[in-house]
Amino acid sequence: MNIMTEKSLDDAVNAEMNARSNEIIKMRGDKVTVHYGDKQALFGVDLDVRQNQVTALIGPSGCGKSTFLRCLNRMNDTIDSASVGGKITLDNEDIYDPKIDVVELRARVGMVFQKPNPFPKSIYENVAYGPRIHGLAKNKAELDIIVEKSLQKAALWNEAKDRLNEPGTGLSGGQQQRLCIARAIAVSPEVILMDEPCSALDPIATAKVEELIDELRENYTIVIVTHSMQQAARVSQRTAMFHLGYLVEEGATDKMFTNPDDKRTQDYITGRFG
Amino acid sequence: MSFLLVFAIVLAIGLAAFVAGRQRARAQDDGTVKPHSRAHYHGWWAFLTGVVPAVLFLAAWDIGASAYLNSHIHSALPADVADGTVAQEDLAAGLVKSLASGLRKLDSQTLSALPSSFAELQPMLAAKGVALAPDTQDYMIPIATEANRVSDRLGMISAVVSVGLALIGVGFGLRGISPRARARNNVEKVMLWSLLGASTLAILTTIGIVLSMLFQTIAFFEKVPLSNFFFGTVWDPRFAAAGAGASEGQFGLIPLLAGTLYIAFVALLVAVPIGLMSAVYMSEYAAPKVRAVVKPALELLAGIPTIVYGIFALVTLGPFLRDISAALTGGTPFIQAQSILTAGLVMGVMLIPVVSSLSDDIITAVPRAMRDGSLGLGATRSETIKRVILPAALPGIVGAILLTASRAIGETMIVVLAAGVAANLTLNPFEAMTTITVKIVNQLTGDLEFNTPQTLVAFALGITLFALTLVMNIVALYIVRKYREQYE
Amino acid sequence: MTDISLDTLTTSAARPRRDIGIKKRYAAERRFRLYGVLAIAVGLAFLGVMLTSIISKGYTAFWQTTVTLAINFDEKVIDPSNKRATDPNVLITANYPKLAEAALIEKLGIDPNDKAEVRKLKGFLSDSSRVQLRAIVAADPSVIGTTRNVDILAAANMDSAFKGQIDLEVPESRRKVSDQQVEWMNKLKAEGVMAEHFNTGLFSYGASSRPETSGVGVALIGSFYMMVIVLLLALPIGVAASIYLEEFAKKSRFTDLIEVNINNLAAVPSIVFGLLGLAVFINFLGLPRSASFVGGLVLTLMTLPTIIIATRAALAAVPPSIRSAALGLGASKMQMVFQHILPLAAPGILTGTIIGLARALGETAPLLLIGMVAFVADYPKTPFDPATALPVQIYMWANEAERAFVERMSGAIIILLIFLMAMNIVAIVLRRRFERRW
Ligand SMILES: Nc1ncnc2c1ncn2[C@@H]1O[C@H](COP(=O)(O)OP(=O)(O)OP(=O)(O)O)[C@@H](O)[C@H]1O
Ligand SMILES: [Mg+2]
Repeated sequence: MNIMTEKSLDDAVNAEMNARSNEIIKMRGDKVTVHYGDKQALFGVDLDVRQNQVTALIGPSGCGKSTFLRCLNRMNDTIDSASVGGKITLDNEDIYDPKIDVVELRARVGMVFQKPNPFPKSIYENVAYGPRIHGLAKNKAELDIIVEKSLQKAALWNEAKDRLNEPGTGLSGGQQQRLCIARAIAVSPEVILMDEPCSALDPIATAKVEELIDELRENYTIVIVTHSMQQAARVSQRTAMFHLGYLVEEGATDKMFTNPDDKRTQDYITGRFG
Repeated sequence: MSFLLVFAIVLAIGLAAFVAGRQRARAQDDGTVKPHSRAHYHGWWAFLTGVVPAVLFLAAWDIGASAYLNSHIHSALPADVADGTVAQEDLAAGLVKSLASGLRKLDSQTLSALPSSFAELQPMLAAKGVALAPDTQDYMIPIATEANRVSDRLGMISAVVSVGLALIGVGFGLRGISPRARARNNVEKVMLWSLLGASTLAILTTIGIVLSMLFQTIAFFEKVPLSNFFFGTVWDPRFAAAGAGASEGQFGLIPLLAGTLYIAFVALLVAVPIGLMSAVYMSEYAAPKVRAVVKPALELLAGIPTIVYGIFALVTLGPFLRDISAALTGGTPFIQAQSILTAGLVMGVMLIPVVSSLSDDIITAVPRAMRDGSLGLGATRSETIKRVILPAALPGIVGAILLTASRAIGETMIVVLAAGVAANLTLNPFEAMTTITVKIVNQLTGDLEFNTPQTLVAFALGITLFALTLVMNIVALYIVRKYREQYE
Repeated sequence: MTDISLDTLTTSAARPRRDIGIKKRYAAERRFRLYGVLAIAVGLAFLGVMLTSIISKGYTAFWQTTVTLAINFDEKVIDPSNKRATDPNVLITANYPKLAEAALIEKLGIDPNDKAEVRKLKGFLSDSSRVQLRAIVAADPSVIGTTRNVDILAAANMDSAFKGQIDLEVPESRRKVSDQQVEWMNKLKAEGVMAEHFNTGLFSYGASSRPETSGVGVALIGSFYMMVIVLLLALPIGVAASIYLEEFAKKSRFTDLIEVNINNLAAVPSIVFGLLGLAVFINFLGLPRSASFVGGLVLTLMTLPTIIIATRAALAAVPPSIRSAALGLGASKMQMVFQHILPLAAPGILTGTIIGLARALGETAPLLLIGMVAFVADYPKTPFDPATALPVQIYMWANEAERAFVERMSGAIIILLIFLMAMNIVAIVLRRRFERRW
């Protein structure tokens, strides 16, 4: 890329900062509680998300991983019955502050969903969607560049470059998921949330996406929900274990997988869990 | 013996068979063999073997008998009447029939010494409360008496045969009762066949629609060339001169079709944006409380019969628009009280709930993942709707609009009351145009004279309308179905 | 809890904000929302205007002005030559309106010999006094020669004037009631002789050329017959067809064809069903024209698809687990359907049926073609007698020019809407009440 866009400048800065320290807190959850109607799904979760690191959320089904993830970019706002308590900050700013704009927040904290959900539009339009609505490109040429870069970063460019005008729904499942990642990247978010991004994919596609996540860490902060212990071990630097709506423990991935503090974590990662 | 009486007797035999069959099955159950079916199934089976063949025979015989009687009366009419027009012959036959049914009210004593002139007969009948048309002729009296005799004989035969069939059937049913007899399976088989029969009624209705209109349409095109109808630009059917052959008239479809499409277009112009926007608002924005109130209100709008809309257009909106336009020009109104605008507007409002409920279904069928995907990228709700949901729903919405258009084209009462009857060809929405449906109503109300092109043309119009809407419906249903499958 | 204590960590600093056009986008958002609100407002406003317009025109139809007069059943008028014992026609053809007029003349204190004054009374009382007084005499001939108080209907124009619907500012020559008549009216009103009563006639009369004696009674009976026929035919056939399609039929070309047919029939213009009725039931099968039986058949065919679609939805909503439970206990498929599935689906079926019936009740177009647009003054005794229907009666009044008919028409619409509203509300309540989340 010989054109220095604002974004690549950003990336450079990010990389710099990453080199200096990977212990900067990007997002922080402080006693986060969530209710769905009368049912409480999260109980006072304190969790930090560190900049330029991959944080994995693990835990048995229904323990509130997705719920916590969705709090981080306020996707829970779209569920009528959901109410969120406690405090969540992004760059030290309360994201549930009335002054904060959800649209702006979600442009900074992007999301990739469990099931690939490309829009029923062309591959190009899928990726261009975010930049278009946020007005990130001044003209078609700039937009083209953003699309190309995003697809490259999502490791989809080679497969898709000749079929940019074909519908995104015509791609394979793994390609669709990478398309969704490209779509998220195209907005240049600071944080990317991924909810079981590989659960619908075969092992080869999974490997590709995992590889991709590792590369993306350089420029983005990533939070990923996964059911695969191996995946958590492979891609994440830090791991948080949830159980029944509580955060059981959180720590460096190496330590969590070799020497967890909590018995429940031990049981879960060794597969001895109900 | 009357149809109903025989029917009642057959039913009574059946019920008796039911009781007997159940009894017999119970008596046979001595506990040694496990019965296949419970006792009442045996009863029902005996009932069915008795009643079904007898009733089928009875119905078929009755239809055949009335046709036979009809031709009998026609053939007995004197030559000069039979040589007249079809209408005259039908009229005479009708008089004979009502005379015949009137005669049935008289007692046998009077019947045996029946006067031969209608003038003498009439007071006798009037005393029994039978009023007959004064142009009943003397020659009809013997024909009517004979017809009654024939129909009595036919009725007798049918009664004997049906009752006989019922008894034989019952005997067969009762004899077959044994503990291992599969009475339940038999009964259920009959039920299944009747269920199947009920579901084919939809096909029969369609066939009935097509055939009935087709025959009349063919009769129409024997009198009026195809091209005059399909390419004619003048609609001026004239009146059917009573009895006279086809009087000259012009049956151009073009002005009616143009009016139909124009009014439907205006209606869609009103209904589609408003209906679509309300559906979007209701499904994407409205708080549950608002929805709970507004949705039934919109459904109410859909439940109002179209005649009410038509009358509103005729009595209130039409005159209102005319007066407004008169006030604007300070004298002559440029909007007529019956106009394309009035009819289109009111029909449009009538269609709002149609569009909105159809598109509501379509919009809610767009998977939540689409919405989340867009919102998760930081799109606002309206951006999500405009750029993701509506494009994704587009095929379905097109289908919904087609269905609505088909409703608009086939709508009758609003245009009958609000659009006018003059078959103009105009582009000015403030003038009156007429539609296919209006003309169908016009041609078929009042005194009918079948077999004149003036009446038959209504069927040609009807089949055109049916074909038009059929194509639209099928395309629309196909699109919507494909659309739904895509997201299932 | 963590390996590094929180104090050693720094939080990231806020970055400079990107401009993503938030202000403009929210303006667009608000605009879009507004369009939605406007769209709904337009729909509801129209509903409001239409209902207001109809109710304001029609509610007065539920009142009718009458004049209470002491009628002297004068033998000299009824039977001047005293032949009623031998000739029954005398009492039928007697000049009864004259009795009413004489009573009015007396009440107003007009000189009966002043021809000019008497002529001004023309159009004050309804001519229906003929029928009314004749009925009194026929029921009890001994009334002749006595005097009785009878409520005589005011003529339509006086009725309008009494209800204040006639603008008295308009020059006398251009309105339907004269100044003298108004003066008399006020006099009678002051005496309490002329007054408005609840208009029971609206519900009992049939078609009439006089607005004051026309009503929806006959039409209601016709509509009632048709609804009964539709219910008796469409419900069982519709349910049977749905059961076959939903529970028994294997998916095949044939069932596909039926399915397409049903969906298409639901969207076929109603007037086409009228053509079918005319060609098949009347022309081919020779059933009587204008009969509610034929109307019922036509409406049955029209309503069937609605009922089938609703019933199938209701059947499909019963979860498969109930089916397997029933079959697992050794029930036959038929028993499973009739003993388990059908009762559970009943509320949904009922709702669909009521909605279908409501639609049939308001349907007009097909009935016009089978001759139900007829001037029917007598109650149909059987479904085979000439009859008309409520919406058709409304349509016929719409073609009358007189304002009093517009009043009746609007009143009839109110009655129709009340029926429909009641049916729809029952359907909505049923749906709410029995809506089951499986
Ligand atoms: N929209 C909702 N309405 C009501 N309850 C919900 C909703 N979404 C989730 N829940 C409940 O909240 C709890 C946590 O759900 P969540 O989806 O966060 O679990 P999860 O850890 O992501 O599970 P999985 O691994 O199966 O995805 C569950 O008990 C779930 O039933
Ligand atoms: Mg989850």
